[in-house]
Amino acid sequence: MRTSSPPALEPAGPLAWLRDKLFSTRLNTALSLLILGLLAWLLPPILDWLIFKAVWGPQPVAACDAVRGQGACWAVVWEKFRFMMFGVYPFEQQWRPALVVVLLTALLVISAIKAFWRPMLAAIWAIGIALAFWLMGGGLGLSPVRTELWGGLPVTLILSIFGIGLAFPLGILLALGRRSELPIIRSFSVTYIEVVRGVPLITVLFMASVMFALFMPENLRIDQLLRAQVAIILFVAAYLAEAVRGGLQAVPKGQYEAAQALGLPYWRTMGFIVLPQALKISIPPIVNSFISLFKDTSLVVVIAIYDFAYAVKKSTETDYAWKKYFIEAFLFSILVYWIFCYAMSKYSQWLERDLSRSAQR
Amino acid sequence: MSLPSPLTHGELAIQISGLNKWYGDFHVLKDIDLNVARGEKIVVCGPSGSGKSTLIRCINRLEQHQQGRIRVNGTELTDDLKNIDAVRSDVGMVFQQFNLFPHLTVLDNCTLAPIWVRKQPKAQAQAQAMQLLERVQIAEQAPKYPGQLSGGQQQRVAIARALCMNPSIMLFDEPTSALDPEMVKEVLDTMISLAREGMTMVCVTHEMGFARAVADRVIFMDRGEIVEQNTPEAFFSNPQNERSRQFLSQILDR
Repeated sequence: MRTSSPPALEPAGPLAWLRDKLFSTRLNTALSLLILGLLAWLLPPILDWLIFKAVWGPQPVAACDAVRGQGACWAVVWEKFRFMMFGVYPFEQQWRPALVVVLLTALLVISAIKAFWRPMLAAIWAIGIALAFWLMGGGLGLSPVRTELWGGLPVTLILSIFGIGLAFPLGILLALGRRSELPIIRSFSVTYIEVVRGVPLITVLFMASVMFALFMPENLRIDQLLRAQVAIILFVAAYLAEAVRGGLQAVPKGQYEAAQALGLPYWRTMGFIVLPQALKISIPPIVNSFISLFKDTSLVVVIAIYDFAYAVKKSTETDYAWKKYFIEAFLFSILVYWIFCYAMSKYSQWLERDLSRSAQR
Repeated sequence: MSLPSPLTHGELAIQISGLNKWYGDFHVLKDIDLNVARGEKIVVCGPSGSGKSTLIRCINRLEQHQQGRIRVNGTELTDDLKNIDAVRSDVGMVFQQFNLFPHLTVLDNCTLAPIWVRKQPKAQAQAQAMQLLERVQIAEQAPKYPGQLSGGQQQRVAIARALCMNPSIMLFDEPTSALDPEMVKEVLDTMISLAREGMTMVCVTHEMGFARAVADRVIFMDRGEIVEQNTPEAFFSNPQNERSRQFLSQILDR
């Protein structure tokens, strides 16, 4: 009789790995060689342009002009950094939005840490947000800065954080509404979700900016940034509602019944039993919506709000000498967007694993 | 048909009269009349699709009936949500699939409703939950999650969870049907000890040993009707109805 010991492992080591993964069959070998060839051909010039022949650090535009076409001009990032980050915010006051970026990022980071998940966190956020608005807008000893002058990364962060923070609960309510047994609530939710999902965000922003003003009494002026913020919240809530609904449908009927049989009323059943399970299931589509929202805030440019993407664009457009290095400026903004989005994506993967580990299912 | 008269002792826990229910065109419960006295133990059996689960799910309004009346401890089940909540918090239910809350520990499963429905202080709810978990002999599992327990253990937790609300009536909907055979006994033993302590119980089950051991009455249902009801001895040894005989021969010949 054979022993039940596992079969001998394949010989280990990098050579064995190469043979196994890249050169196992004739076709595989051919494809591997083809791809290696392409890399050898394309990679050196790309790396040269991006890194080795690029102009780094705070250098004059002449240094860039000297290597134009061979190396990237990263000096544009140094030259235009303040404008990219803060737009037309008064120059000598830009320490304020800089502090806001640090503050909001710190809030996001501590919120991601499980040890901080207690009621105190809400208070920290409330204080942080109040501080952020004071720093941005001024008053109480700081010189006032109108929201039309706000710009750059803080605007993108504010639109995203409030967008996520308020669209999320609204989306949950809409998802619950869509599954409600009360016909008025259900049809309102369905209509809302389907209408909003059927229009582009850019038109919603236009509505908020232009049309809205037509319907309002003339003396009622609502801040442009606030209108854009509300439009984003209302828009994203519809998508989040559908993401959450998927999770709600995946919670077995028996869970609702067990909660009902114990006499738990509707909101407690949802809050304690159904939503914790449904939201865990919907983490991937929810984070997907968050990432979309973060990037879609750049559409506020159509109603002349200086978010980060627009500030980056304007930073080179307005300066004749540096104008030709707009590609480097855009690449920089892409990197910044990517860092935030990748962090969200990685965090959601960690959260999902962590939650499923703690439930041992 | 002469019945042993369980109705003599105490008042009625459950009164069902003229109960009818349809799923669309399908007439799932037909003119059900059933009274359950306080402390009485009833076993409901019958072929699948006979309406027995639907019947007990009407008792705590997991299903709505369309005709007839159901009164539980004197409270009539209507659309009135207050009555429904009152009945539900007084009627415990154990499900075939356990339906424990997978994201909560065993202890939290047991204390959630006492804390949020009965408004008990947390410490008191926990002390009582530990006592009841002790009673179903699973106290050592209190900090674990349901997914870490065997089916039999989960079902005993489900029984403890229901008992934590101090119900006066317990409903069991095929509590052992989803269990591996070796775990059936631990759950039945728990149910038997509960019965011996005087709990009013309505159990949908095919466990004839359980029925013989504790049931005051066996109710046989088929096609939405109560076909026969009798003491377990009389029902098992001398079924009156052709359909009862056929059903018994099928389950006993296994």
